[in-house]
Amino acid sequence: MTAEWTCLDGNEAAARVAYALSEVVAIYPITPASPMGEYADDWAAAGKPNRWGLVPDVIEMQSEAGAAGTLHGALQKGALATTFTASQGLLLMIPNMFKIAGELTPCVIHVAARTLATHALSIFGDHSDVMHARTTGWALLSAASVQEAHDFALVSHAATLRSRVPFLHFFDGFRTSHEINKIALLDDATLAALVGDDDIVDHRLRGLTPDAPTLRGTAQNPDVFFQAREACNPFYEAVPGIVAGVFDELAERTGRRYGLVEYHGAPDAERVIVLMGSAAGTAAETVESLTARGEKVGVLVVRLYRPFPAEALLAALPGTVTSIAVLDRTKEPGALGEPLYLDVVTALAEAVGRGQRAAMPRVIGGRYGLSSKELTPAHLGGVFAELSAEQPRPRITVGIVDDVTHLSVGPADVHYARPAGEVQAMFFGLGSDGTVGANKSSIKIIGEETDLYAQGYFVYDSKKSGSVTVSHLRFGPQPIRSTYLIDDADFVACHQFGLLSKMKVLEFAKPGATFLLNSPYSADTVWDRLPEEVQQQLVDKHIQFWVIDAVSVARAAQMGNRLNTVMQPCFFQLSGVLPADEAIQHIKASVQKSYGKRGRSVVERNFAAIDASLAALQRVEVPATVTATTRRSAPVPEGAPDFVQRVTAIMLAGDGDLLPVSALPVDGVFPTGTAAFEKRSLALEIPIFDPDVCIDCGRCAAVCPHAAIRMKVYEPAAIAGAPEGFKTKSFRSKDAAGLSMTIQVAPDDCTGCGVCVDVCPAKSKQAVRHKAINMEPADQHREAERPMWDFFLSIPELDRDLLGHDTVKGAQALQPLFEFSGACLGCGETPYIKLATQLFGDRMLIANATGCSSIYGGNLPTTPYTKNAEGRGPAWANSLFEDNAEFGLGIRLGYEAQAREARMLLARLADRLPAELVNGLLQAEQSTDAGLRAQRTRVDQLRLALAGIDHPDAVHLRSLAGALVDNAVWIIGGDGWAYDIGFGGLDHVLSSGRNVNVLVLDTEVYSNTGGQASKATQRGAVAKFAAAGKPSAKKDLGAIARSYGNVYVAQISMGANDLQATRALLEAEAWPGPSLIIAYSTCIAHGIDMSQSMTHQKDAVRSGYWPLYRYSPVDAEHGTPFKLDSAEPSIRIADFISAEARFAVLSRTHPQQAAELGEMLQSDADERWRYYTQLAGVERRVTVRHAHPEIDDTATDTED
Amino acid sequence: MTTDLSTTYLGLSLRTPIVASAGPYTRDLDHARQLAEAGMSALVLPSLFEEEILHEENELTSALDALAGTNAEATDFFPDDVFERFDSPADRYLEHIEAVKAAVDVPVIASLNAGSHGAWTSYARLIASAGADALELNLYHVAADPDRTGHDVEQADEFLVGEIAKLMEIPVAVKVSPFYSSMANMARRFVDAGAAGLVLFNRFYQPDLDPDSREVRPTLELSSPWELRLPLRWIALLRPALPEVSLAATTGIESGRDVAKALLVGADVAMMTSAVLRHGPDHVRRVEREFVEWATEHEYDSVAQLRGSVSAANTEHPDAFERANYVRTLHSYTLN
Repeated sequence: MTAEWTCLDGNEAAARVAYALSEVVAIYPITPASPMGEYADDWAAAGKPNRWGLVPDVIEMQSEAGAAGTLHGALQKGALATTFTASQGLLLMIPNMFKIAGELTPCVIHVAARTLATHALSIFGDHSDVMHARTTGWALLSAASVQEAHDFALVSHAATLRSRVPFLHFFDGFRTSHEINKIALLDDATLAALVGDDDIVDHRLRGLTPDAPTLRGTAQNPDVFFQAREACNPFYEAVPGIVAGVFDELAERTGRRYGLVEYHGAPDAERVIVLMGSAAGTAAETVESLTARGEKVGVLVVRLYRPFPAEALLAALPGTVTSIAVLDRTKEPGALGEPLYLDVVTALAEAVGRGQRAAMPRVIGGRYGLSSKELTPAHLGGVFAELSAEQPRPRITVGIVDDVTHLSVGPADVHYARPAGEVQAMFFGLGSDGTVGANKSSIKIIGEETDLYAQGYFVYDSKKSGSVTVSHLRFGPQPIRSTYLIDDADFVACHQFGLLSKMKVLEFAKPGATFLLNSPYSADTVWDRLPEEVQQQLVDKHIQFWVIDAVSVARAAQMGNRLNTVMQPCFFQLSGVLPADEAIQHIKASVQKSYGKRGRSVVERNFAAIDASLAALQRVEVPATVTATTRRSAPVPEGAPDFVQRVTAIMLAGDGDLLPVSALPVDGVFPTGTAAFEKRSLALEIPIFDPDVCIDCGRCAAVCPHAAIRMKVYEPAAIAGAPEGFKTKSFRSKDAAGLSMTIQVAPDDCTGCGVCVDVCPAKSKQAVRHKAINMEPADQHREAERPMWDFFLSIPELDRDLLGHDTVKGAQALQPLFEFSGACLGCGETPYIKLATQLFGDRMLIANATGCSSIYGGNLPTTPYTKNAEGRGPAWANSLFEDNAEFGLGIRLGYEAQAREARMLLARLADRLPAELVNGLLQAEQSTDAGLRAQRTRVDQLRLALAGIDHPDAVHLRSLAGALVDNAVWIIGGDGWAYDIGFGGLDHVLSSGRNVNVLVLDTEVYSNTGGQASKATQRGAVAKFAAAGKPSAKKDLGAIARSYGNVYVAQISMGANDLQATRALLEAEAWPGPSLIIAYSTCIAHGIDMSQSMTHQKDAVRSGYWPLYRYSPVDAEHGTPFKLDSAEPSIRIADFISAEARFAVLSRTHPQQAAELGEMLQSDADERWRYYTQLAGVERRVTVRHAHPEIDDTATDTED
Repeated sequence: MTTDLSTTYLGLSLRTPIVASAGPYTRDLDHARQLAEAGMSALVLPSLFEEEILHEENELTSALDALAGTNAEATDFFPDDVFERFDSPADRYLEHIEAVKAAVDVPVIASLNAGSHGAWTSYARLIASAGADALELNLYHVAADPDRTGHDVEQADEFLVGEIAKLMEIPVAVKVSPFYSSMANMARRFVDAGAAGLVLFNRFYQPDLDPDSREVRPTLELSSPWELRLPLRWIALLRPALPEVSLAATTGIESGRDVAKALLVGADVAMMTSAVLRHGPDHVRRVEREFVEWATEHEYDSVAQLRGSVSAANTEHPDAFERANYVRTLHSYTLN
């Protein structure tokens, strides 16, 4: 049987089949399932037909709930429909899933199984989502590898049509969904053979039609509901047999044989592990390793989980088994055991009960692999060891150290002997250098051009800027089953010299391995530049050491910082996987294929880099002894807080896996302000201040995405002890005289994006290219700037009342309480958040929707939200993607309830407290910082006074006193949340009239999941799910909010008008009702030079693409609430969009469409401008009543 | 009596001497069609700029690749379709040639500006294969390198023209700069190197400055009729020296009388863009009508008859073209 072999990931493997067998595909992006929808959309955009010659209708919905509803409808019409999802997305589909199953409707949902958010969100893989769906009545089929994701997609589509039971086909998120492996493709004949035409016709004929009208979704009553529910039983009973039948047919056609459950191991095994999912490959390796040394062990892999195939399980389990560990990749707190465990125990107990089995084996339940936690043969060896114990613990965890409840089993000495000829390779690089891309290309070359098997898995850190990538590649003559990371590599490449002093690299090399280093230092000089740890590994492991100055080679070939085509030939040369000459031909062919359409020069540059690479490769003679005097840099500075030293530092060092249970918070609560201890030193260039040119505008600080360049204003005396060379100048201000100021870069926190220099308006009189800040090489300035930065931080903050906050420089003189996040270079979102923290940070409560802002805001290891010297700062929480407005409203209501209660208690205790204090507290004016400060002082006095009062009210009031200070509730999220998935909730919250502030960071695309179109996407922009340019216009979210009349609405753009943006934030906070700020946020998904992020923002406004306005509700006779803040468009839309790849590519791919949509976009802008200019003169009076704790005082006079 | 308007340019027989020079109008297929319908007897397409190709290939490639493979959630930011359908500017230019050729029944002349020898030749070959009737080489560069002598620049240009002319089966015209030290000598060298025609002149866009922001502003000013005087002089001078070569006047052609002037000094065609941009495609009809009225008024039988009748060889005052005209101009002001 000859099959077509190819290398692809699990998502594509499943999506190919799903697409071929569907007529309607309803999608919504969610990690790690998004690529399945993207593939489907790409194929539909390219006109690729399904198996019946029809191009499926692929539609992006506003949420997974919407996708499920659409799916349900399409199915009810008798169409073949599918969707793809994961995690919270699957949860949103559950109501429809019950319906679809209850109606016995054939359907498949393909799930890249992912962790459900609990104490924290995790994008990684486990079975908590699919296990939650096990009560829906869907069959659950588990694929354990990329090949199986492909095969089981077909099995699911075939079996659902035969059985009428809908199928949830799942595979492990990332481990399978994103692993690239070499698989045999299913051919069309196999698809046709397994998915029977009769079954399709039957399904179609059951669909809704006015020609044979029926009614579905009745409401049933106690008389019949129960019986009707039982009527489906035969269908479920038939499923295992049907799936087994499809498996058999697949085996006949492909030779790949699967079972409902599968047993591997000793036929006379005494100890058996039961599990499902991608751990199966690792378990097979473990069992082979152990049986090879005579141990009687085995593994039973469950494939069909629902309906649970008890008979097959009992039949497959050797009769000799005495102890079983059932491992679940989920956690069900409070349950007697996790779901698979309970099912296995029940099956066994029933078998014993009815006499089918002689005795009940000892069964223990374990958890492993939550959030993609590694599971290795050593870990599973530990489980077998536990089973050997005289009294195995009934409940265990695998892969962690549990020093609290002591459930964890340690690893055992089990090492899988890899097949002869298999090569394991690891590559350390930065996301921006192309390492991952090169490795994907190498996998394709080896997997598709040779008989070897190939596997690739890629690990990314949690940062969006300067992120480190580690690629794990295996090549060999046997299919590759290992589903864990490499820790004994034959070949290690480090594509960034700097990583050697930050993370473990050669620790993962096996003795005698080959090490390839991209080094600015030659073979003769590199040794002395290596940290001690690296030298030690080189010496101890007798590593073959090679260097190449890939940066110089890439630059000579005009490749910039893309090192991929330089490093790739060296890998082939040194690893010996393929002869270098042959490899180079393949690499060039791959470059031609990838870049050929982008132009000759791109291909030529890549070719030049490839041709120059091998000549630059140098062998390093490794000395016999270590001579280094420097060690790897400490992950956090000395003197960092205890938690940072104990926990954060370990995570930063890449050793988070080693942290025991006791080290971590029990409830997901983490300290803020830890990003300041993570010194990333990413920038190649940093901005250096020239006080002689500076005009004190503060714009550099305003636009800095990472709060890494700051302005501080101070009394001249405050810098008495400044280090020599500390730059200062007099500060011009109408508010205060005699002050000085400094602009200072944080040299290790700056990412070098250059946005500050782009916006600096101050130019030297002698040479205009010299500004008040200028990008200079970081290695020439970093040392000198470090003490300056430390001193700068030590200068006391200026009295917050001294400078007006309603100017850019006044606001920028305030301390930011959001700093050094992992956001992208030039991020357009973070400056708004930072500004809000400068203005209100010390009293902010933030509800943050899931998305980019929750990732750079809350993804460990470090936290960018921070505190001021008094310990105050934003308190931040993330609930979900879809509910953020409601979540924020809840926080507001909670705060108001506490404030009301505090006022009530204060009134009750008034006679025991100083009258002046009580009156002051109740009537405090808190609209200024001075007012807030005075109130905080009163609260402190109150707490002191209450300490002397022995009364329950006093105890309560002490805990509630903080609520007497005004809090600012900010609801922050992206356009995917505000325009799409969370729109219903946002609308409701705005309609509530409550005092919440909503900040929408509008990138006009789902940025975090990789650039899918949202309803904020403008017409003509190319995005995922809008490959031919979005045909419809952007939703005017502000207009919807304005329709309520009493909602403060502003549309702002930091790059175009930072003053208007600052004032809008202040006005929104001051407005005692709901406020909505829609902030234009440049994004890497726009395909722009991010160093000019703010210039793009300016052009967006100048062209009328993004008009600025503020709508301030007025309760007056002739008020005109709408104020248009931007000038009449002075450039054409075309001038703006031609500089952004998201629009520009359309004229390359769909020129006709680009022209038409471009004209429509101009009309949209013209019409919007015409409409807004009319609106600016319209009188509108809104009668406003606010629910406000200080006004609606519900205090009672009751005495107890 | 009707004047025979036909002329020959680069060996191509044209209905009239009015030709669309390279400009934004011919960049667009519909506009190109409108120009042909309005009476343009040939269309010169806008230049394929090597600089633009390189810029776009690299800018767009880096924009599309930016941060690809950096994040677990977003391994890229654009649909695969973009990469699969992507055409480089050169591909699109070739498609445009084919499309314009199919849409109009007048000759289509492609135009090329390239900075390096390799690129010139490879693009020129592609252009010929795409169906262009002739090629206009746009020698657009600013000689800003103080280490390169005028001799170096001239030799390089001459070499390029020779290389392209040798390579091409279609006729090649050279759109020349007015800034050579010895224009007449360069014109002859281009012709000797194989140029079938000369287009006078290339009009360099001169950057402007905003004194408030102190930024350099690229601005595009349309040409004015007075700018015709420079080509008029040089066509008048070159026509007798290069009797067999095609000469095109470009820059400053606004009316039928301007066309007449260009032909009188010896041009085979008069090329026009700015006037069309100012007045729309219908302006072509007016210019032709004006030209016919003028020719009729002066009883010319044909374009061939009037072509070059006021060249330096045929005018009563040949020195008027060679001198700076300073005295006469001053004198005429005095008389007024």
